Amino acid sequence: MRNFIQKLAIGEMSIQIDDTDRRLIRHLLADPDLSTADLATRAGVTAATCWRRLDRLRGAGVIRPAHAVIDWRALGYEVEVSLRFTLDKTNPRAFDEFIAGAREVPEVIGIETFLGRVDVRLNVIARDMGHYQEVYRRRILTLPHIADIEALMLVATIKDDGALPV
Amino acid sequence: MIDLDDTDRALLRLLAQDATQGAGALGRVLGISQPSAWRRIRRLEEAGVIRGRRIGVDRAALGFGVTVFLGIKLATKGRVSLEDFERAVTAIPEVQVVQHVLGLFDYRLRVVARDLADFERVLRRRIMTLPGVGQVEANVLLSEEPRPGPLGTPAPPDRAA
Repeated sequence: MRNFIQKLAIGEMSIQIDDTDRRLIRHLLADPDLSTADLATRAGVTAATCWRRLDRLRGAGVIRPAHAVIDWRALGYEVEVSLRFTLDKTNPRAFDEFIAGAREVPEVIGIETFLGRVDVRLNVIARDMGHYQEVYRRRILTLPHIADIEALMLVATIKDDGALPV
Repeated sequence: MIDLDDTDRALLRLLAQDATQGAGALGRVLGISQPSAWRRIRRLEEAGVIRGRRIGVDRAALGFGVTVFLGIKLATKGRVSLEDFERAVTAIPEVQVVQHVLGLFDYRLRVVARDLADFERVLRRRIMTLPGVGQVEANVLLSEEPRPGPLGTPAPPDRAA
């Protein structure tokens, strides 16, 4: 079973991507709402080619269905803080237990792990500073295996368009 | 600010996973009619709660094997305009995200590169040459997991499928 999964994974990775695929992906990244016909016109291919290419890219997992991007500020979450953690790595379960705990906190909207000075980053939102203080004290500081925390408070997002230089 | 009920929250949760489902399919999952689902989606879009749609891509399959987060401190605050820095950094194609932050750093960047050698090229030629750039800290992304956020508990898998 494990062998089979590995082969499958290698099979997915070996899909060849050419310039036409890249062009389609570039247009889709810029405008995910494009119809297959419009996308074909913009990328300079026939609708049939476009459809076949997209089907193949989706099948291989190169592109995934579009998802909605939620604006938490519009829902009243005015505060967004990037919390950077160093964990106590003397405990081999530190990462797993810390991340399992972080998944239980509703105000955590993203979990990232890193190679570098920072081990884990949590993206935390709150309605206001009072609410943030409460989440921070009751839910974050109580997470297991924390060695150090640094906070970066978001002032403004200048760029976040999801583009890739494909 | 818009008020959400449980159905709106469930709708947002579903759309945040897959925004290609039609109002009819979403309505069936949530036990509401297609026009009602459509009206709710419209309302969420008009209130700016749904900022837009974005496709997910397998960056590695497209040749981008490395994602790095950079913390940047400006060296000469007051002498370099933030606008100049922001304009220059936003124009770099490998920089996906630029955030102005308060704390240890002034800016947070998300940078994609083909491999570590390519990242070094971007760092040296494009980042380190930005106007006013001072201390830079790099952390290589190993994994990322978007969470649904405060939208209530997810529906059981058999209903969400």
